Amino acid sequence: MTTGDLTARTVELAGHGGDAIEAYLALPLDAEPAGGVVVIHHMPGWDGASKELTRRFAAEGYLAVCPNLYSREAPGADPDDAAAAARAAGGVPDDRLVGDVAGAAAYLRGEAGSNGRVATIGYCSGGRQSFLAACSLDLDAAVDCYGAFVLTAPPDEFPLRIGPLRDRVGDLRCPLLGLFGADDQYPGPEEVAELERELAAAGKEFEFHSYEGAGHAFFNTDRPSFRAEAAQDGWERIWDFFGRHLSA
Amino acid sequence: MCTYRTTTLTVDGSGKGAAGWFPVTDASVYFDHPVRAPAEHTLNVDLRNPARGAAARVAVELDPRSARALAVAILDILDGAPPGLIPS
Repeated sequence: MTTGDLTARTVELAGHGGDAIEAYLALPLDAEPAGGVVVIHHMPGWDGASKELTRRFAAEGYLAVCPNLYSREAPGADPDDAAAAARAAGGVPDDRLVGDVAGAAAYLRGEAGSNGRVATIGYCSGGRQSFLAACSLDLDAAVDCYGAFVLTAPPDEFPLRIGPLRDRVGDLRCPLLGLFGADDQYPGPEEVAELERELAAAGKEFEFHSYEGAGHAFFNTDRPSFRAEAAQDGWERIWDFFGRHLSA
Repeated sequence: MCTYRTTTLTVDGSGKGAAGWFPVTDASVYFDHPVRAPAEHTLNVDLRNPARGAAARVAVELDPRSARALAVAILDILDGAPPGLIPS
């Protein structure tokens, strides 16, 4: 049982290529060593909502850090300006994302309060990136919340430097929790089912849940897509999943 | 979903941002999640000047119907401009 007491501040950590990037760090004040969570922010950027999410994990007793994936494009900029600059430049390339998450995970593991276990979590574009990180890094758990274009290839005219991850399914190195809206089209139920089949065929440990009456971004309280019942159940599954996989 | 699809182009003109008027040199157009508009997806336009930093930006988020109406209005105004005013 945690107290919910925490501290939070902006720090600098070494990301991909050793680049110094900003990150928002939230640490529980509880004395017991705990697991860590790398929060992968959504495309709108390293914003207040992303930082609020990071604090939520700390309030539940986890070390949490949210790297600013747009640090290089627009250091010190407002989150939406940074997001616009990053979008115009082609977005976050997959290899850079993996390097930044690796740096964030190492940062958490270096904290005195760490028990050495780290997970990633991401929503929407971050969901796909969480899956990618779990296929690329030494992580203990990963959560993919409605990430699109995991299996499906992006359209040819995509300006962003990302690709499908179908060939990476076999590389998944940790348990995966997937949370999806049954009414979502990207990813749609067919893609989610196909990903389940691919993971099962590869002998991976995973658990997927799809919520009826919920579509894309059902966790997002700032959008009409918010679905309280699905979000509440989703959070309970996240805590249960992290409780099992982030405990030493 | 995050649609990702973005069209970027160079432009020539002026925009008024948070810090006042500035020359705009680039534009991004995309249909994706808005930052502020209470909708899942909007037609978003960023008029930017990257050389002046990320904050040199005029941003707008429109619902699709409004965006189409605006696009039609833009073309209509240009097409109806007095002869000789618009360089060919």
